[in-house]
Amino acid sequence: MKRDWLKGANSAYDVVVIGSGLAGMTAANMLAKLGHSVLLAEHHYNMGGLATWFKRKGGHILDISLHGFPSGMVKTFRKYWTKEMADSVIRLKGIRFDNPQFKLITTFDKVDFTNILQERFGIVKEVIDDFFETARNMNFYDELKMTTRELFESFFPGRKDVWRFLMEPITYANGSTLDDPALSYGIVFSNFMDKGVFTYQGGTDELIKKMKKELIKNGVDIRTHCLVEKIHIEGKNVKGVKINGKDIECRSVLSNSNILSTIHKLAGDENFSSEFIKEVKKVRLNDSSCQVYIGIKKGEKIDNVGDLLFTSVAEEYDTEKILDKQVTSRTFSFYYPEMRPGLDRFAIVSSTNARFKDWANLSEEEYKIEKEKLIKSTLDALEKYVPDIRQKADYFEAATPKTFKRYTLAPTGTSFGTKFEGLKISRDLPKQINGLYHSGSVGIIMSGWLGAANYGVIVANEVDKFMRSLKNKIQEMAPTSV
Amino acid sequence: MNREEVRQAVVDILEDIAPDEDVSSIKDDISLREQMDLDSMDFLDIVMELRKRFNIEVPESDYQELVSMASCIKYLQPLLKDRQLAS
Repeated sequence: MKRDWLKGANSAYDVVVIGSGLAGMTAANMLAKLGHSVLLAEHHYNMGGLATWFKRKGGHILDISLHGFPSGMVKTFRKYWTKEMADSVIRLKGIRFDNPQFKLITTFDKVDFTNILQERFGIVKEVIDDFFETARNMNFYDELKMTTRELFESFFPGRKDVWRFLMEPITYANGSTLDDPALSYGIVFSNFMDKGVFTYQGGTDELIKKMKKELIKNGVDIRTHCLVEKIHIEGKNVKGVKINGKDIECRSVLSNSNILSTIHKLAGDENFSSEFIKEVKKVRLNDSSCQVYIGIKKGEKIDNVGDLLFTSVAEEYDTEKILDKQVTSRTFSFYYPEMRPGLDRFAIVSSTNARFKDWANLSEEEYKIEKEKLIKSTLDALEKYVPDIRQKADYFEAATPKTFKRYTLAPTGTSFGTKFEGLKISRDLPKQINGLYHSGSVGIIMSGWLGAANYGVIVANEVDKFMRSLKNKIQEMAPTSV
Repeated sequence: MNREEVRQAVVDILEDIAPDEDVSSIKDDISLREQMDLDSMDFLDIVMELRKRFNIEVPESDYQELVSMASCIKYLQPLLKDRQLAS
């Protein structure tokens, strides 16, 4: 008999959170701590969304998105999770660039960037300071007139080498391009420049395990293998959800599913005004990624060649080329034994930005061949830095936009949510339907580990406000247990 | 709550959301941001705590009222005047 993953669940909750990405988990944790009954439904068997990992025979543990986050994550762990998590954050200091325009290593913070821009690129100190100041002062509610290209053009006219130095890491961090609003660059860039790049010691598996423990402690009912099929809406109010064929009542829903899936698939266009749907249709999804996972044999070692390595053989930074299936740019994340103390293992993950359409329509055979090719070309590129990688590694696997789609259910496997316009739609959802909220990767700045977790808190605040206003009105507790 | 109790309520909240900061030396007339490492998320936390502890809703348009200790007290005292400070 098929296992009932909803066994013992209540018939009603205050809030149902759809999806356990970092935004969904952080929101669920906050809402439970604020006294609401919360069901967290995850379709996959693992939690974390893109903040995930996998294990393979031979003792390999591969992290998907633990490339590095800004220092703000320490505060986020401390305030919305636990001090223990905050204390596990460590800094990555070896950020390397290698491309036809320059080769350098940096600690990726404002002081070091200022030095490099001055000494290596010959930029005047005042211009650098002014640039940092301008980026720092950008707000997500600012006008969107200026693109990143225009921002760079005004500070560093014609200096494509400087553009690449400033832009390439951010393209990997949030998928943004020169033609996106400057503020989506400025906010993320400034977050990193503040203190540098950090990671979670213990790895994604350890982090998610701790988060799960904390969620349970705070009373969140976690249900994995539970696919939310529908959000029930009557009039303009959320009434419940359908999970694995079963109806569960709730007063509010916080969807950590993709914003477009939330509207079109889960809620249904018919529940929104036609003007709103017209705006929704303008929302562009961000691109996806390919990754190659390389597990180093037990007992083998590799030299420290940096923590993050931005490589490219393209003459200049070029968005189209970065997305092209003929890969010219790769980011390598090196995981040394310090990452998971006690295990003494090494792993390397290569990430490239990619388009879904380049992978979606291949036959099974072609798809297999293309994946093999991707692994081969990645190893070829890596040999420059780790010459005997083919002897030292014994595990190779590739993920494509199709892989990302399968595990996250995000349309076209987007690994960075939506472009900027998605944020307004996400924020306006509750104006259309009482009790319907969204949190997750939208508008680039709400992406990445820090953006997603903090956006979870921002929306949890809205849900709490809404639930409290209902409780104040009714003066009685709504949920009942069976 | 009297003025001193409202101040204490705000201090308690600040201690919770910024555990590494020295809250005891805060000067009332200088903006909180100048004295502590507070960002917009921290202000959101203050708003959430006020709702949780006192069932007070601070609309977004009033967030600027929370800029300094003095302005917090001025804004919150009328809303908290009938409350007892939780022991």
